[in-house]
Amino acid sequence: RRKPAMDLLLAASEQAKVNPRTQTTSPIVTGASVLAITYKDGVMMMADTLASYGSMARYKSVQRVEKVNDGTVLGASGEFSDFQYIKDLLEDLTDEEFDMDDGCQMLPQQIHSYLSRVMYNRRSKVNPLYNQLVVAGYDSKKSESYLGAVDMYGSTFKDDIVATGYGMYLALPLLRKGHDKKMDESAARKLLEKCMTVLFYRDCRTINKYNIAKVTASGVEISKPYSLPTQWGYKRFVNPHLTE
Amino acid sequence: EAFQKSRGGFSFDLCDRNKNLAQDGKVNVPKTKKTGTTICGIVFKDGVVLGADTRATEGPIVCDKNCEKIHKIAEKIWCCGAGTSADTENVTGLIESQLELHRLATGKEPRVITALTRLKQRLFQYQGYISAALVLGGVDVDGPHIYTVWPHGSTDHLPYATMGSGSLAAMAVFEAEYKDDMDEKEAVQLVNQAIQAGIWNDLGSGGNVDCMVITKKGAKMMRNMETLNDRTFHAEGFYKFPKGTTELAEEAKKRFANVSISSGMEVE
Repeated sequence: RRKPAMDLLLAASEQAKVNPRTQTTSPIVTGASVLAITYKDGVMMMADTLASYGSMARYKSVQRVEKVNDGTVLGASGEFSDFQYIKDLLEDLTDEEFDMDDGCQMLPQQIHSYLSRVMYNRRSKVNPLYNQLVVAGYDSKKSESYLGAVDMYGSTFKDDIVATGYGMYLALPLLRKGHDKKMDESAARKLLEKCMTVLFYRDCRTINKYNIAKVTASGVEISKPYSLPTQWGYKRFVNPHLTE
Repeated sequence: EAFQKSRGGFSFDLCDRNKNLAQDGKVNVPKTKKTGTTICGIVFKDGVVLGADTRATEGPIVCDKNCEKIHKIAEKIWCCGAGTSADTENVTGLIESQLELHRLATGKEPRVITALTRLKQRLFQYQGYISAALVLGGVDVDGPHIYTVWPHGSTDHLPYATMGSGSLAAMAVFEAEYKDDMDEKEAVQLVNQAIQAGIWNDLGSGGNVDCMVITKKGAKMMRNMETLNDRTFHAEGFYKFPKGTTELAEEAKKRFANVSISSGMEVE
C-alpha cells in the first residue's frame, strides 16, 4: 500500500527536523511569455527564443513553440527542461499513432486534454512540471480553430486569446482590444508582433528574437527566428529637460 | 535626549510590538483603504494630460466607486496618487500648502520640480512607510513635465508614465500607441484608452475615467470623462401609490365600514 505523497514529505521532514523539500517548486532555466490568438484561417502563436538562467540570458536561440502533429502546435513558458520532457511524452504518443497507421490523427483538444491530466497529476504529487502551456491547433474535418491553455496546477481553459507570464498583464489588454475572430493573417501577425514588442520593452527576461507559428487547414508552419524594429528615440526619453 | 526627540522623523519604537500583535492573531489589523488604481500621465505638444480611474478598495471590497485620484498641488501642477488613500491625499495636501507659501514668498509661478523635490524628500525621510506612488504632472516656465514618484523616494522624468496595480495594462497601451508631439485630442484619447485598459483588465481598478489637461494657459479638469459602469436600472424615486392599490380584506371592510376621515390629512 503506497502512502500519499504529502504524508511521506511530512514524515521525512519530521525525521530530518528541517523544512519540507522545496527544490521541486522553483524553476532554473525559464522561458518568458507565449501569446496566441485565433484568426480567420486558424490560429497563430508567438514566443521569443530566450531561455533565461535567473537573470542571465543563457540560451538565446531556443525554440519554445513546437509542432506536435500536422494539426497542433505547443508553446511553453516556465522551466525549459520540463517542456523538453513534455515534448518527449507527446512524441511517444505521436509515434504510437504512426505505428497504428489507421489514418487517425490526434486532435488539438485531445492533446490539450492529455496534457491537462499530466499537469494535474504531477501537481497532486507535489512535484509539478513548472510550465504554462499553450495548445493551439486546427481541426481540418470540422474546419474549426482550437486554442487552449494549461498551467502548472492543472487549470485549463479554452479561449480565442491566450497569454502566459508577463504577457497576461501587458499583452492581454492589447490583444483583447485588437482581436477579431475574423481578422486576416497579416492583421493577426501585426497584433502579435505589437504585443511582443511591448513585452520586449517592459519584461526584463525577453530578447528581440521571435518564432511565430500558424496552424491552418494546410497544416503547421513555424517561422525561422526573426527580430522586430524598436523605438528608443522619443524626444523626452533622450532629453527629459526639453522646454518646448 | 530632548534634542533627539525634537529632531522629528518617524519613530519606529512601536513597529516590533505591532508585528508581534499581528502575528499572535489577537488583534484585527485594520485593512488600509488602498486605491488599487490605474493612473497615468503623458506629455503632448502643448502640455500634459493626467488620467486616473475612480475605484477605491479595502481589500477585496470596493469602498468608493467614484473617488477623485487627481489632486491639485498648484494651479498648473496636479498629481495622481496610487497606494494608500490617506497617504496620497495627505502628502499631496501638505506639499500643496508648502508650495503656496513658497509662491507667496518668492512671487514666482511654482515649478513642477519644486513639488517633486518636496515630495521625494518627505517620502524618503519616511523610508517607504508612506505608501504613496504618484504621477506628478504640470506646466511651468521650463515647459511641460511628467514625473513618477515612488514610495521610497526615487523619481523618474519621462514623456509618459503609469502607476498603480493597473500600470502594466496602461503602459502596454502607451508603449503601443505613443508618439512625440501629439495634439490635445490625440493625447486625451490615448490617456482614455490607457485608463480603460486598466479598468477592464485589472481587478484593483474600475469605475469611471477622470482626466486633467494642463497647458500654459491653465488646467482643465474632465471629471468622469467616461462613465462606463453606470447602473442599468434605476428604482423610481418615490412611493406614491394610488388609492385602492391594496385591497382591503373582508374582516377589515367590516371593521372600518363606519369609519370616516375627519381631518384633511391623507396618508401618502
